[in-house]
Amino acid sequence: MELTYIKAINDALRQAMRLDGDVVLLGEDIAALGGAFLATEGLLEEFGPERVIDTPISESLINGASVGLAVAGMRPVAEMQFADFISCGFDQLVNMASTLRYRHGGNAKCPMVVRCPSGSGVRGGLFHSQNPEAWFARVPGLKVVAPATAFDAKGLLIAAIQDDDPVIYFEHKYLYRRIKENVPEDSYIVPIGKAALRREGGDICFITYGSALYLCLAAAEELEKEGVSSEVLDLRTLLPLDRKAIISCAKKTGKVLIVHEDRVTGGIGGEVSAIIMENAFEYLDAPVMRLGAKDTPNAFAGPMEEYILPNKDKVLQAARKLAGY
Amino acid sequence: MEQDLELYYYLRLVREFEDRVSKLHHQGRIPGGVYSGLGQEAVVVGAVYRLKSDDFIFPLHRDLGAFLVKGVDPNLLMAQIMGKKTGFSGGRDSFLHAGVLDRGVFGSTSMLASSLPVACGAALKFKIKKEPRVAVAFFGEGASSRGDFHEAANFAGIHKLPVIFVCENNFYAFSTPQSMQMAIEDVADRAAGYGFHGHVCSGNDLFAVIRAMEHAINQARRGDGPELIECKTYRYSGHSEHDMASYRTKEELIEWESRDPIQRYEFFLEKKGYDAAKIIAETGEKVKAVVDEAVKFAESSPEPEGPEAMEGLYATPV
Repeated sequence: MELTYIKAINDALRQAMRLDGDVVLLGEDIAALGGAFLATEGLLEEFGPERVIDTPISESLINGASVGLAVAGMRPVAEMQFADFISCGFDQLVNMASTLRYRHGGNAKCPMVVRCPSGSGVRGGLFHSQNPEAWFARVPGLKVVAPATAFDAKGLLIAAIQDDDPVIYFEHKYLYRRIKENVPEDSYIVPIGKAALRREGGDICFITYGSALYLCLAAAEELEKEGVSSEVLDLRTLLPLDRKAIISCAKKTGKVLIVHEDRVTGGIGGEVSAIIMENAFEYLDAPVMRLGAKDTPNAFAGPMEEYILPNKDKVLQAARKLAGY
Repeated sequence: MEQDLELYYYLRLVREFEDRVSKLHHQGRIPGGVYSGLGQEAVVVGAVYRLKSDDFIFPLHRDLGAFLVKGVDPNLLMAQIMGKKTGFSGGRDSFLHAGVLDRGVFGSTSMLASSLPVACGAALKFKIKKEPRVAVAFFGEGASSRGDFHEAANFAGIHKLPVIFVCENNFYAFSTPQSMQMAIEDVADRAAGYGFHGHVCSGNDLFAVIRAMEHAINQARRGDGPELIECKTYRYSGHSEHDMASYRTKEELIEWESRDPIQRYEFFLEKKGYDAAKIIAETGEKVKAVVDEAVKFAESSPEPEGPEAMEGLYATPV
């Protein structure tokens, strides 16, 4: 069936809740309203207020209560209304949830998911545009995923819900209604920790995730006309990274451009680059390159946002430079 | 006499400004998020009117009126709301995310209640330096669910800070009704747990807000500590202009519209023997001219250049 990215998320939640009575949702305005973006639309009607819970404006409570629910045997799926607000519930994730199993000698589990609508390009300004995934991708004990397709949005969410460890799930707002594709009706999982090769090629390789995937695919089309054959690897999971896939791409093409919408400094790209340097250095024909948002906050004004964010032209420019080595 | 008319002018100015911002947003002339304060005008006018120019306010996303009453240039405010180069943040963000510090107006973030600890810091400075100034921090009943509210109120109580917490209780946090946010009727009850007084008043009654503020301001300036003033009010629009507010009943909206703070004030003018019809008409023209001018200024202001996004991050660029 044809589903938009956001409907795929809605479908994943519905199916997970039908299959497992212990799956509960909590967040701000998710019940009666169906969420600020309608990701949870219709779920209150089907599952009732005991499983679809409107909370006060209390991100720390939402994340902390999710830990409690999980420890007590449930599978909570929390929603941050905007990924930007996750900072208000930071401690419960990076200290409480992430170390729970470890503190208990591996003998406790914390099966919870925190859904975070993230990303720029929607005129959200400083506090409704952020990509905070890198804050979490260095926290041992957490898992971090960032689907780019409707198929992955559903499969990764179901996988995250079934996972016995805390998963931070970044869903890109820009893709919500812009991506529509065929998605299986049945429940399925996309395994956490596995990247997906979206395009095969031999000259250069794009390593990307989230909305930047589409910039890379569009750039790869253009490059094809110029005689440059590009490979596109969609990471899908940011913690743990699919090191094998990353190294394999680097070895195959010898030229890697990492593209993400998050800022360059301290972003996932730095880690990917280091993995390549440590494991495929002798295969490289060019320095590993990174393209991401400029190192400044997510400014509001149109020309500023355009200046800050990666786009197809910027990707092409970088890719041509890389191919030219 | 003058004060009666000035207050009316502010009420109408705030409404005209709010109204225009909503209309411009619907016409696609204001991008980004727009959060209407229509219906809550008496809270912002009443809370700010008695303050001095060196007092500090910490307005919310719904409090553009507080900027106006504190003396911020309407032209610049409109440019800010449109994200133009001439706005306070130079386009780096829109709406009320930038303040005018030399007017004592602090710009908030989107993280509700996050300004409350900051207001305590400003108030702490006033106390340390023995300055007879106050900090007024606005928050919604929704924001009172966040830990930052607790941490701020607790600290303000301990140190008897010259801070006034003004709760704009409009009964909904986005779609979530008060009954799902807290198990009490009055947010003001919470003040007792922090060692200071909580006062409840009608946020649609301008004089009730002003009287409560006068008391709190005097108390704070004397060094007798904070106060929480809860103003019961209602927003006529949704949480943002994207929100149709289908979670509320038409009846409830009508009930509140019948308590409109501005009509109530016009009734007061009439009772006091003013030529109300004339004042209403003349003030209407006056505020329309101010807002027309603000729109003209903002729309003819340039957009910032892309590379300006890199400026303004540090005292000395790194």
